[in-house]
Amino acid sequence: MYNLIGAGLIVIGAGIGLGQIGGKAMEGIARQPEATGKIQTAMIIIAALLEGLAFGALFLGK
Amino acid sequence: MKIVQKSIKFFTVLAIALCSFHGFASDSDKKNNDQNDGGVVDTKKEVEEYILHHIQDSHDFNLFSYTNDAGERKHFGFPLPVIVYTSEGLKTFMSSEFHHNDDGSVVVTKGDVKLAKLHGKIYEIEAGDELEFVDHHPTNAHKVLDFSITKSVMGVLLVGLLLLWWFSSLARQYKKRQIPTGFGRVLEPLVIYVRDEIARPNIGEKHYRRFTGYLMTVFFFIWILNLLGLTPLGFNVTGQLAVTACLAIFTLVVYTVSGNKHYWGHILWMPGVPVLIRPVLAIIELAGALVIKPFSLLVRLFANISAGHIVVMSLIAIMFTLKQSLGVVGATGLSLVLSFFITLIEVLVAFLQAYIFTMLSALFIGMAVEEHAHH
Repeated sequence: MYNLIGAGLIVIGAGIGLGQIGGKAMEGIARQPEATGKIQTAMIIIAALLEGLAFGALFLGK
Repeated sequence: MKIVQKSIKFFTVLAIALCSFHGFASDSDKKNNDQNDGGVVDTKKEVEEYILHHIQDSHDFNLFSYTNDAGERKHFGFPLPVIVYTSEGLKTFMSSEFHHNDDGSVVVTKGDVKLAKLHGKIYEIEAGDELEFVDHHPTNAHKVLDFSITKSVMGVLLVGLLLLWWFSSLARQYKKRQIPTGFGRVLEPLVIYVRDEIARPNIGEKHYRRFTGYLMTVFFFIWILNLLGLTPLGFNVTGQLAVTACLAIFTLVVYTVSGNKHYWGHILWMPGVPVLIRPVLAIIELAGALVIKPFSLLVRLFANISAGHIVVMSLIAIMFTLKQSLGVVGATGLSLVLSFFITLIEVLVAFLQAYIFTMLSALFIGMAVEEHAHH
């Protein structure tokens, strides 16, 4: 049962992180539409780093 | 515009057909049980075993297996060579001698050595004739050094040969012409992308040429292996801890060996920090540079890919676990739709993980060879 609670916490953490990234990326794009490409690339990179953390934690907790 | 619309329709139908194909490929492995009670429990355990078996490495190349009408288990595939270093030296034989047995009951005798396979690992029996084990750990045997050509090794060799073939023929084309023809046209933009978007910005103009070879190898290797894992052939190479660990160690070696004085200076005796704190920070920085960075590369690739495979297989298994509640059509339809979309995401993840690994490797290498004017 504690496994599930742990998994839930991990998902909350990842969700908050990714939400922040996505939100700020959207704001940046809204401010400067011509920088969309660069912002998207940076957003995806950071998202992948976060996902790596989240998955790693999920795997460690089995 | 019409051609584009037609192409989009064609490729959508093709993609749906192909992605649902691997839902069927795994179908034949389940027995047909029409029981209404007790069927759910058995199905769940079978699904778990199936998924675990397909995540792990295997000593034979099994496309699918089924139980025919006579009750025998038929396998469609071919055995792979087993190469082990036992207490009596190197022993080589085909894995068909194990007769697809994975619970230690089939004993292969080579010379004076008795070998048995338990859960994918090969053990040498020390005393007695049979493998006895308690809770998955054998009590009368020890593991041998296993150099077999397993399915993942075969995948690595396959992709290695493929890359060699593609890129050597691309390189040869430049002797005769400026712009490549044929499949080289697909590869050239990717090669230029790795060089101009990953290598050059991160490593800098002065040193990027030394490392572009390694970065391109890593990029295409991981990308093609990830894509291979999505096919119905049942490969799971980048989802093996050993493969990703190896790649992470390669990156570690590359950026440690090419670190210059500035790099080590900043790690061990960093400027701008009070002298008394420097030893403490040095330990932390050393751990970060030598352990944490490659470890994060390792875990990121491994966890993303194997989690993706587990999710895809679980969604396909919905076909069987929800057969009772949703009926055959409902369960199959739901499973096909979900696994189709997850497979699309997995295709994106395949490229993304290769790109992230390569980019972070380039970043670490760039940090190691960076030379800058002191402030």
